[in-house]
Amino acid sequence: MSQQASQRGKHGRSGYVFAAPFLLCFLLLFILPLGYAAYLSLFKNQLVGGTVFAGLGNYVTALTDGQLIAGVGRVALFFVLQVPVMLVLATAAALAIDSGLLRMARIHRLGIFIPYAIPGVVATLMWGYLYGPDFGPAAQLASKLHVTAPDFLGQTLMLPSIANIVTWEYTGYNMIILYAALRTVPRDLYEAAAADGAGPWRIAWNIKLPALRPALLLCLIFSVIGSFQLFTEPNLLQAVAPTVIGPSYTPNLYAYSRAFISSEPDYAAAVSFLLGLVTVVISYVMLFTAARRLRR
Amino acid sequence: MRGFTRRTVFGLAAGAAAAAALDACSSSSSTATATSTAVTQAEIDRAMKTPTTLTFWTWVPEISQEVAVFEQKYPAVKVNVVNAGQSLPQYTKLRTALTAGKGTPDLAQIEYEYLPTFTITDSLVDLRPYGAAANASKFVPWVWGQVTGANGEIYAYPQDTGPMGLLYREDIFAKHSIAVPTTWDEFATAAKTLHAADPSAYLTNLSDNDAGAWHGLLWQAGAKPYSVSGTTIGLDVNDAAAQKVASYWGGLVSDGLVSTDPDFTDTWYTGLDTGKYATWVTAAWAPVFMTGSVKATAGKWRAAPVPQWASGQQVSGNWGGSTTAVVKGTAHPIAAAVFAEFLNTDPATTSMFNTAQNLFPSTTALLGSSSFTGDKNAFFGGQQVNQVFAGISSTINTGFQWPPFLDEAVSDWTSTIGKALGDKGDVATAADQWESQLTSYATSQGFHVAAG
Repeated sequence: MSQQASQRGKHGRSGYVFAAPFLLCFLLLFILPLGYAAYLSLFKNQLVGGTVFAGLGNYVTALTDGQLIAGVGRVALFFVLQVPVMLVLATAAALAIDSGLLRMARIHRLGIFIPYAIPGVVATLMWGYLYGPDFGPAAQLASKLHVTAPDFLGQTLMLPSIANIVTWEYTGYNMIILYAALRTVPRDLYEAAAADGAGPWRIAWNIKLPALRPALLLCLIFSVIGSFQLFTEPNLLQAVAPTVIGPSYTPNLYAYSRAFISSEPDYAAAVSFLLGLVTVVISYVMLFTAARRLRR
Repeated sequence: MRGFTRRTVFGLAAGAAAAAALDACSSSSSTATATSTAVTQAEIDRAMKTPTTLTFWTWVPEISQEVAVFEQKYPAVKVNVVNAGQSLPQYTKLRTALTAGKGTPDLAQIEYEYLPTFTITDSLVDLRPYGAAANASKFVPWVWGQVTGANGEIYAYPQDTGPMGLLYREDIFAKHSIAVPTTWDEFATAAKTLHAADPSAYLTNLSDNDAGAWHGLLWQAGAKPYSVSGTTIGLDVNDAAAQKVASYWGGLVSDGLVSTDPDFTDTWYTGLDTGKYATWVTAAWAPVFMTGSVKATAGKWRAAPVPQWASGQQVSGNWGGSTTAVVKGTAHPIAAAVFAEFLNTDPATTSMFNTAQNLFPSTTALLGSSSFTGDKNAFFGGQQVNQVFAGISSTINTGFQWPPFLDEAVSDWTSTIGKALGDKGDVATAADQWESQLTSYATSQGFHVAAG
């Protein structure tokens, strides 16, 4: 018995040894900066007067900060607009490739995934050109037809335009997750269903989609995080539409501007923390409700 | 070098880097190492004979040519040139290094308007102990004023400048028989004439993203938007002169006579090249910049002084230009100060800046030299463009000050006046908003805001 226990102890220890590289990186690159940012967020640094302890003052200010609240509202709207479209597209693509009915499925899979491999910076510059009001393809076509092209970079269409870029970028990424989940469904389920007379549509609806639920939930949570942390696309489009995308267009952009334009890193840390909190809460609410549904 | 265009923001993209730098930004500032007593010539001689390596952050392309001239004269001192990004990206790195207290260069290129954002944190070495005051007469007075602090400190040496003038399309003016406007009233009339004759053309484009151009216009109008003395700051970004500028341009824009495309974007380059804009109210660095960027209209452009608010007057403002500053924390303040002085006052290097890098000079010697003013520019139909701008340089208002939080001022400008320009809205009201946003920011930063 004692031998068994000591062996288990040895195994336990070797587990930590294997996990050590991860834990070390996690501690150094995640927990430590997080703790430092939390510490910073309790101070107020002024150009005149230096740094003073502010307690939760930054958080109180942030909670009533109209610009921040408007930004959070905007990314929430973005989430509602963009994520359903993207996940429906990704699911459809995953089902189509998994169905085996598509010719050259590998090429399709790669083709849909490729936008994800293009750096966000490059993608946004490219889309900035495509949306361009003077020489973008839409604008050129419109001028040939003597109609006015929609102002993709204007006040009303900016958010849908960004949503379009993000959808283009991340549909392939979500498709891969969903496709991988589909591959784990035992094939004999399909055979059994086929023997019972179910066609491909019926199989997709009654077997594949329910099997995708956990993977879809994962995609959804990634999308919550991605939406609320939206930064690169608006930051780059700011250069072509400076009056549409202000410094507080998204909460992350706002934190960035407060840190580097207004030189208020402490306030930016508080904003980032609140944003992180909102993301965590929404993610957990989703996980919790989904877990309850799955159990039922 | 061009002053605060948003174009440079493209280089800032990485959000991850932002988060990392954020952490490093707020501990207390580093301590001073430079002494305030004057150094003797013997000390200078000794320092210049001691083997030393200076690190110099600059985005001037191929500045190694000028550095070589210095190293030839002072073989013991080596200068390590580092391009840490243009303008804002470099300042962000510099501020991060200053806060961290390590990794700062000995010298840095800093644009005039950003000097106060570094002096407020006491990050630049006062160059008076190293004999800087003796150089005052070598520079145009308004330029020297730009590098001089409130108590007479000299924080940098001027490298290049951007006196504002009017570049116009001679062919378009001739086609619609428009005379070159000498006053803003004539300019407004010309704008009506041109747009009526050709609805696809605008007399000029006033970018809704370029606070630099706007500040230049304020400067020309005699506005004093910022006045700083210690921790007291006056914010009059909508004083009488500024209101005049705001209602004038706001009127032209809302009447649809002037476009407001963001500058240094593809749309804007196309506009310059296709004759959408018949003029560009811009600075002395623009003529050479255009030679390389809008080739299709070569030979059709001409330069003239900027239109005036009162006829018979001759005043202008400045847009852009850089300085060389010595950064606090340097272990070699003497060698760094001597290098900054040499680079920006030596006849060989200053002339090279103009001929090799096309920088517009800041020294009176070069501005007055016939080889400089006599240069004929083919892009401008052989006009002696340098002569036009050299003349303008001497008419620039002195005493224009910049705020210690220019980044905030620019950001707030874009969301108020810039937005009003882009939306063809009420620019005069936007100027009020700009002032109130800046006032609340300055107050939150601990400044005492003097009643305007």
